Parts: sequence; structure tokens; C-alpha cells
Amino acid sequence: MITLTSKDKMATLFCGIVFLNLSLFALGGETKSADSTKQNRIEIKDFAFNPKTITVKSGEKVTWTNRDEEPHTIVSVEKQFKKSTALDTDQEFTITAGAPGTYNYFCSVHPKMTGTIVVEK
Amino acid sequence: MPDYISHDHEHDGIDRRGFLQCMAWAGTGLLWTISGGVLASRTLAEIAKAGGSLPAATDLSFLQISDSHIGFSKEANKDVTETFKIALDRINAMPTPPAFLIHTGDITQLSKPEEFDTFDEVLKSCRTKDVFYVPGEHDVLNDGGKLYRERYLKSVEGKGSGWYSFNKNGVHFIALVNVLDLQAGGLGQLGDEQLEWLEADVKNLGSSTPIVVFAHIPLWAVYPQWGWGTSDSERALGYLKRFGSVTVLNGHIHQVLQKVEGNVTFHTAMSTAFPQPAPGTAPSPGPMKVPAEQLRSLLGLTNVQYKQGKSALAVVDSNLS
Repeated sequence: MITLTSKDKMATLFCGIVFLNLSLFALGGETKSADSTKQNRIEIKDFAFNPKTITVKSGEKVTWTNRDEEPHTIVSVEKQFKKSTALDTDQEFTITAGAPGTYNYFCSVHPKMTGTIVVEK
Repeated sequence: MPDYISHDHEHDGIDRRGFLQCMAWAGTGLLWTISGGVLASRTLAEIAKAGGSLPAATDLSFLQISDSHIGFSKEANKDVTETFKIALDRINAMPTPPAFLIHTGDITQLSKPEEFDTFDEVLKSCRTKDVFYVPGEHDVLNDGGKLYRERYLKSVEGKGSGWYSFNKNGVHFIALVNVLDLQAGGLGQLGDEQLEWLEADVKNLGSSTPIVVFAHIPLWAVYPQWGWGTSDSERALGYLKRFGSVTVLNGHIHQVLQKVEGNVTFHTAMSTAFPQPAPGTAPSPGPMKVPAEQLRSLLGLTNVQYKQGKSALAVVDSNLS
């Protein structure tokens, strides 16, 4: 049996408050046009970006995770954002969506791999 | 066994039956011999059987190794340095060493300096010291090939992104780079500057000069769906059409595939690191996992013969098992 000391109780309570605050923050974020904490995830698997097209709001983050054993890169076709270095297995790359528009990108190692980010206001 | 595409039912340049036969051989290094302007090859086993020396008429022999992927450590082969060493041991065991090696790219997995260091260190054990290189996409991941050029293309004075040519025993060798500045949705690419250089490079050669072209990504449409081809290779081959003997050596796809088109013989070599699936037989061209006891049978050394009066290559491999 574990007995909580008063210090532990305080910590638990503190964690609860933090958790509650984060939840509220995230909830509030949903209604905002730009939520920099929202993670839009794109998985790289079997030499493809999934989802191939993703729609996000300006200011939101977009994160790619490489699930292949092969290195991949994320490169903007029109050089609209800084390209990633080569991502090894399980490595991630994150950008913050900028001005509204359509951003086409590809893997410069395997250029058959293409994807699109649609950024809305 | 046919050494050219004899069953092309899909009209896609892939002879699936022939491919499987090639896969049954499996290899990674090709011993090329050039005798009287004719390329030929032999298996190491054949050489050993014949009493350990190359035919007297042989003027030149060289060997192709490819796709070492130093730094790769996943399931398909957790020790690619070791299999690379084994391949070098096989070369060292040859009674008559090849005059030089060509490495057709992907020395490393992630273009890391320490991966190149490991490769260079292990290569020191090779008796054959002359090596000619072309980069693979894994060698130029983050710096556009700067480090690669400094390390491997300085002595050959590579032009542009690193292409060059040289002559050996009357044979004209052309090293092409098709892994840089790739375009979204596209394939391997040579680019206008390199193509113009190529046109000028061969302009004054006699049509009877044997030509050997080597580059990382295949210069023929092996399987464009997986990016296994080079978008502007047709133009390059156009400049080589008038030559009586053109041999194109590639890597990239980690398996032996062969095709003969007129006077041009295309050939891809095995990797010393891991096999890749046959075109279209897997969700992606990623490393193919095979039982550990099978791995070395899919890596090995291949000798190729190019006999006078025959336009097709005969490729037979000896594996590393």
C-alpha cells in the first residue's frame, strides 16, 4: 500500500491543475484561427506521405515522422519553407504553417513521393 | 538461360521470368574483362577452376561493387560493414586482381562523415587500389554532394556535380551523376549541362570504341513507379547510339537485372548490404528482409562476359555465403 505524503498530495493536486489548464487551453485553441499547439501529423510509410494532402490553419504546426527504414526529406517545391535534413527512421520534422495557400512538397531523395499542405486562414 | 529480356509480356521492359533467374544468382561485384575491345566476364568459381588466372588475351579486367550503405543497421542486415568486408575478401582472393574497381553509389546510408570514414578504412584492405566512383542519393543527402566530391571525385576532376570520363586500354569509361537536383514527381536526372558535356565528350571517338557508362540509378526504365529510372536517359543514350558496344552499369535497386537493346547492354548490380524487392512485388522498394541464413546468398560477386559476336552480356554471380 502506498501512502501519499502531504508533499505527494500537493504534487498530485498541482498536476491535476496543470492538466486541467492544458485541457482548457487546448479546447480554447480549437476555436481560434491560429493554434500553434495543434499538431498536424503526417506519417511517412512505404515511400508515401500519409495523408498525402492535409488542410491546416495558419500558425498551426505540421510534423512529419519517418516510419520507413529509408531516409526521406521534406522539400518545398517552390522553396516556400526551409527543407528538412534527411530523416532517419522515427525522426521527425516540424514546420509552422505560414500564410494561407497551397504548399506542394516532395522527398528530394525519392522524388516520386509528393504531398500537399493546404493552409487556411 | 537467356541473358536478355525474352519474356516481356507486360511490355514494360521487365522480364519477370528472367528476373527471377537473375535473383537466383544474386551478386554484387562484377568482374569485367576486356579483350580486344570486347567486354567479357567470368565467375570467380570459373577462374578458380581454370587454374587461377584470367585468359591470356585479356587486356583489362575490372570489378563493380555497389550500394554498401555503411551505417545501415536494421533488420535486413545489421552488419553491412561485415558483408562489405566479405565482398572485399572475395576480390582479394581472386588469382588475378582486377585492374580497378568501380563503386556505383550509396557508399553510406546517411551521408555521415563517419560512415564515409568506415568505408574508406575497410576499403584499405582491398588489394586493388584504384577505385572510380559515382554517387548514390544516400551519399549526397544534406550537402548537395559537397563532401562526396571532395573525397571521391577530386582525383578524377569531376565536372559539374561530379561527372567525368577516362580511358583504359582503349575503352572509354563515362561516369554520370543522376542523383542530384531531382524534381518533384520525377525520376533520376542527368540535366542539360551534363548531357551537353556527354555529347561533346564522345564526339570525337571512333564508333568502334567500346563504351562503358556507369551511374547509380538505372539509365533505363526498370520500374518508374518506384523511381527506378532516369528521366532524360534517352537523350544520353542517343549520343551513344552510333557506338558498336555500349555497356551501362548501374546500382540502386540491389538486384541483378539485365536488358539488351541494340548495341547497348544495361545491367544493375547487387548491393553488398541488403536486397530490395523485385519491381512491384512489395508495397515499397524498402530493404527486403530475408532469413539471416539467406542474406549472404543474396549478396555476392558477379562476373560478366561480353563475347565477341554476341551483343548480350552473360551474367553469372557467386554469392557471399
